[in-house]
Amino acid sequence: MRQTEFGVARYPPLQVGGAMLAGRMSILSGKTAVVFGVANKRSIAWGIAKAWAEAGANLIFNYQGERLKDNVSDLAQSFGEDTPLYPCDVSKDEEIDAFFEKVRGHTDKIDLMLHSVAFAPREALTGSFLETSREAFSVAHDISAYSLVALAQRATPMMTDGGSIIAMSYYGAEKVVPHYNVMGVAKASLEASTRYLAKDLGEKKIRVNCISAGPVQTLAARGIAGFTDMVKHYEAHAPLGRSCTTEELGQTGVFLASDGAASITGQVIYVDGGYQIMGM
Amino acid sequence: MSDKSIEERVTDIIVKELGVTPEQVTPEAKFIEDLGADSLDTVELVMAFEDEFDVQVPDEEAEKLLSVGDVTRYIEENG
Repeated sequence: MRQTEFGVARYPPLQVGGAMLAGRMSILSGKTAVVFGVANKRSIAWGIAKAWAEAGANLIFNYQGERLKDNVSDLAQSFGEDTPLYPCDVSKDEEIDAFFEKVRGHTDKIDLMLHSVAFAPREALTGSFLETSREAFSVAHDISAYSLVALAQRATPMMTDGGSIIAMSYYGAEKVVPHYNVMGVAKASLEASTRYLAKDLGEKKIRVNCISAGPVQTLAARGIAGFTDMVKHYEAHAPLGRSCTTEELGQTGVFLASDGAASITGQVIYVDGGYQIMGM
Repeated sequence: MSDKSIEERVTDIIVKELGVTPEQVTPEAKFIEDLGADSLDTVELVMAFEDEFDVQVPDEEAEKLLSVGDVTRYIEENG
């Protein structure tokens, strides 16, 4: 008996090792993901999309406006010429409806959704929050936070086998970051929205989480006044002496999409070199 | 990185990012007025220059880089 146990105990680690190796390559195989928010090769959305694809997921992309269509198309085609991409301005319900109609043309079931979309007028991302206009407040919340709810309404009926939804946030949701202003307030709304969505969708085994990323050199980030100073501040103060890379965010995205995160929902996961724990 | 001059490396980046011909990329050429860049292009260009020349261009400096010559001068002085 003991020997058998020993034999059983000794053999499985080899098997587990092999399965882990295979699992690493294809931990998301058979899963379909919709990815919102790729603008170019520097986009966080692209980092996560690439990691999802490398883990075996099939991807469907949105693009926002003709201006970005070629960028997204070139990137998407690196996964194969027929990788689907469709226009979707997340501030328009009819475009979201049309997008998911197109998705239904490819598949009845989706498993993953990435929300990496935010907007605030540039003038709202400098100087004083006190100056925020009603218009800037409204558009920032509509595009950066409500859009998660609007997308979840259309995506979750297709998540018939459970699912994982990931939204991108930033520490400015929680603490005051100079110039981040209304975007921080909108990110707070996004984080709260993930919690309420997580509650509503739990019974369908759909998980909803935020990744709170440290500053990353993206097109959108460069719209924030003083962004280069933010990066330097993280290098000086984060425990790891740096912020994070899009590749690392991609791996966190794979984890949250995988069964490794099967009991994690409604959370904000910090991928920021540890900056969030610092009091000074 | 290469034997190319700063001007040549700047030109290569502009040609690639904006889809213009090398002949259009003269020192006087302005990104928006002459080379058809939009505001997103100008941000992408600055980030591409930063990568190529390993420099950090703060916002207040980036706003002043209006022409091809502005960029080569900035890199010569700060690169």
